[in-house]
Amino acid sequence: MQGHSLATAAFALLSRDLRLAFRRRGEALSPILFLLMVATLFPLGLSPDPEQLAAIAPGVIWVAALLSSLLALNQMFHADLRDGTLEQLIISPWPLPVMALVKVLAHWIISGLPLTVVAPVLGLGYGLDGATVKIMFWSLLLGTPTLSFIGAIGVALSVGLHRGGMFLALLVLPLFVPVLIFATAGISASAEGFAVGSHLYLLGALLALAVSTAPFAIAAGLRISIS
Amino acid sequence: MNKLTLWFHKLGSPEYFYRFAGRWAPWAGWSFALLTVIGLYLGMFKAPPDYQQGESYRIIFIHVPSAWMSMFIYVAMSAAGFVGLVWRIKVAEIMAMASAPIGAAFTLVTLVTGAFWGKPMWGAYWVWDARLTSELILLFIYLGIIGLYQAIEDRRTAARAASLLALVGLVNIPIIHFSVEWWTTLHQGSTVNLMGESSMHPSMLWPLLIMAVATKLYYVMNVLQRARNMILELESNKSWAKTVLQPAEASR
Repeated sequence: MQGHSLATAAFALLSRDLRLAFRRRGEALSPILFLLMVATLFPLGLSPDPEQLAAIAPGVIWVAALLSSLLALNQMFHADLRDGTLEQLIISPWPLPVMALVKVLAHWIISGLPLTVVAPVLGLGYGLDGATVKIMFWSLLLGTPTLSFIGAIGVALSVGLHRGGMFLALLVLPLFVPVLIFATAGISASAEGFAVGSHLYLLGALLALAVSTAPFAIAAGLRISIS
Repeated sequence: MNKLTLWFHKLGSPEYFYRFAGRWAPWAGWSFALLTVIGLYLGMFKAPPDYQQGESYRIIFIHVPSAWMSMFIYVAMSAAGFVGLVWRIKVAEIMAMASAPIGAAFTLVTLVTGAFWGKPMWGAYWVWDARLTSELILLFIYLGIIGLYQAIEDRRTAARAASLLALVGLVNIPIIHFSVEWWTTLHQGSTVNLMGESSMHPSMLWPLLIMAVATKLYYVMNVLQRARNMILELESNKSWAKTVLQPAEASR
């Protein structure tokens, strides 16, 4: 380890995760496809009336994005657990919270960032105006990383368990509530012509809280699960 | 070491705790029963009907203490979980996990009695109001903690994982509460204020406070009893536990 700094290790982990994801591009696309499908089902199930669609758009698109990132979460530590990478990370000399932070960051770039780019386009399809779509983009950019951080705590605690998906939803969905409320309230406020600053600031505050505290909880969770 | 610290250290021993809990659980249970009879009698028969809500307000003597307990037990569970995580004390882990089902039960009671109260008052069993929603989410968090504890095979790992989840929830519960407050609130504000003047007549306040103490005693009884069972299960291969379980066989 001589000559290597923490930054080198973190960067190596990040580029490894991104490279692995890039080599399995099809898998990385599935959250996006899921989001598109769910967002297509709502107009079919409710009605194609543009006014009604614009009214439900913030909630529908955000809930679809939230469920999509929940589905992607399952993959976060799974492969690493099977091939022993996770154990190596735990026994490595680098602080585990930093490594957890990097893992979450990589996971967000793979699953959250595409959602952030694609979901506002769906907003146009639901008849939202340009300014509101912009707010939707900002809300996703500030909100989805928080979801990844909170979700990672749940994944860390349940990584060794056999029944994954549904159970993870029970653990983390209640904790997703504030992000969903602030984000959709912000988009609705923008659609109605009100100021949206406070909503975005609150999303930013949640993100700051998540970045600074969640890595420690993730690290503690991993140590408990893998012992 | 002074006496109190010594006693506290002793309490960390499962065997000592088992006997300690066995001594105190009946006391808590009987005083709970006595206070409940007094509190419910005063609340149901002695307190006057409310000038706006008539007789149906009387459900507060169950509803409000349960709501307090749903939050009180969560904090108690997180505190025990924290002690268990940091100092790896077996008894603290057990206390945290024994608290979770009781807290979930009180949360459920709060929601159900609230629904019965809501029907005559608001005309609906359920409304998407801030307090109702955060109480429902609290129930989900409780269920997540219990579920995680059940899902992990090794009991101590399970307790530590669920305790960590409880602590994460503890940070989130105030945030969830304030975020759901963003909807306009239908639920009436607090009328009981310990420090200042309560906006409640003493004839209604007293039964409520008695019931609040009674539910705490119920919790003490229930959590000690549950912890006793869990300790026996966890320590079932230790000699003291065998003596407790089969006194005749061990002495042979």
